[in-house]
Amino acid sequence: MANYSTNEFKAGLKIMQDGEPCAIVENEMVKPGKGQAFNRVKIRKLISGKVVEKTFKSGDSVEGADVIDVDMAYLYNDGEFWHFMNGESFEQIAADEKAVGDAMKWLVEQDECTLTLWNGNPISVTPPNFVELEITETDPGLKGDTAGTGGKPATLSTGAVVRVPLFVQIGEVIKVDTRTGEYVSRAQK
Amino acid sequence: MQRDSAWQPSADLATLRARAALLAKVREFFAARQVLEVDTPLLAQYGVTDPHLENLTVRLSPQGPLYYLQTSPEYAMKRLLAAGSGSIYQLGKVFRSDEQSRRHNPEFTMLEWYREGFSVADLLDEIDQLLQTTVDAKPLKQQRYQDLFVEKLGVDPLAVDAVAQLKRVLLTKPELADWATAEDDLDTLLDGTMAFLIEPTLPHDTPLAVTHYPASQAALAMLDPEQPEVALRFEVFYRGVELANGYQELTDAGEQARRFVQDNQRRAQLGKPGRDGDLRLLAALQHGLPNCAGVALGFDRLLMAWLAREHISQVLPFAIDRA
Repeated sequence: MANYSTNEFKAGLKIMQDGEPCAIVENEMVKPGKGQAFNRVKIRKLISGKVVEKTFKSGDSVEGADVIDVDMAYLYNDGEFWHFMNGESFEQIAADEKAVGDAMKWLVEQDECTLTLWNGNPISVTPPNFVELEITETDPGLKGDTAGTGGKPATLSTGAVVRVPLFVQIGEVIKVDTRTGEYVSRAQK
Repeated sequence: MQRDSAWQPSADLATLRARAALLAKVREFFAARQVLEVDTPLLAQYGVTDPHLENLTVRLSPQGPLYYLQTSPEYAMKRLLAAGSGSIYQLGKVFRSDEQSRRHNPEFTMLEWYREGFSVADLLDEIDQLLQTTVDAKPLKQQRYQDLFVEKLGVDPLAVDAVAQLKRVLLTKPELADWATAEDDLDTLLDGTMAFLIEPTLPHDTPLAVTHYPASQAALAMLDPEQPEVALRFEVFYRGVELANGYQELTDAGEQARRFVQDNQRRAQLGKPGRDGDLRLLAALQHGLPNCAGVALGFDRLLMAWLAREHISQVLPFAIDRA
């Protein structure tokens, strides 16, 4: 993988730090009028998700990280791995629990997800922004409360728990925003 | 959407009116003191040897000679002083390669002035008046570089074991450890300590002049005859930014020639290309530069401080991304 000089730093660039692939979140040049310049950089570690601050002498170079994002359809879970397929090449990739993380509760078969690959191996999975899932468990709730002010917890087919309006019932399919984990609406039939 | 609005100014129109008012105030300030305004060339045969400054370069024609866009009007202004101009100021654009950030634009406006017969103390008085008159600043405070390091960090930058002392404080911050661990160059450690551990703790609403920089950071300042390990160089910090840099100007042509050589040795160490020293500046110093003190002040940053703006693009008609 190529090295990057600090003057190529910008948000989104993938570099290796502490043995882990990282994405630059913010890059600021700190330059005295006379004297050594530095780069103050915020990076997100792509495996642990931690955001840390680093400083570099301007002009130094760091190792780039071979990190790419690919869109793949979710196929199934075999108990240990979650399997995804590239719709064009039909190439399949299996992601473990560490890579899938919180995304596992939003995975719907055939949904297009974004897999982040480091040296070809999946390190994280991002579900679509909106998914449709069936309610498997919720209180019957109060009839006639169409305003949905109070809300109630509902368990979805994947095990995810979201707050839904009182009028939504078991067996219904609802649309959820995976970024916030919030109910959006009943699914269009 | 973004593409569509990129024709518009970076600064709002009220800010541009304030900018014009501040330019006028500065000119009034110097007119009242009989300091002559000059506008020396921005395109010149020589660049700057300073190890940490890079000129942008231009060919006068496709096959023509390479010229350097000036990073500061210093050399040309000193040639005017040597020619007998008396005290002068320049308020205009300068260019620096590779400088772009919240507080940097590759093209920016510099206020630079030289006062014949002034000491650094006289010049600091005048800077104090300028800041109070033009941007309603509080009175300027002063502190020596060494005292500042001792007060803030308990580290003596002039001690024989300064490298070890500086590394000890830098390594207490995990985000600084990556480069500081392997760094043994005193000036790099001093610059990093200043930038990351001292500057953020300086008073925000009171301008501070840090004086008597270590001799290794003298740039074009005279060394202090009473304490040659420090230089008669100062910097002014205000509202979280480095606002100005000034000197008791070096008048000795031989010493100036040695600084050119030292700068180029330093550039070689840093893996940067060498730069020819400006022979016309040397010739002017040989002819005789009157005793003087001079300072360069970032005009855009002065405006940022006055209007409490965080980003230089907020005070420029068109920042580099819209130029």
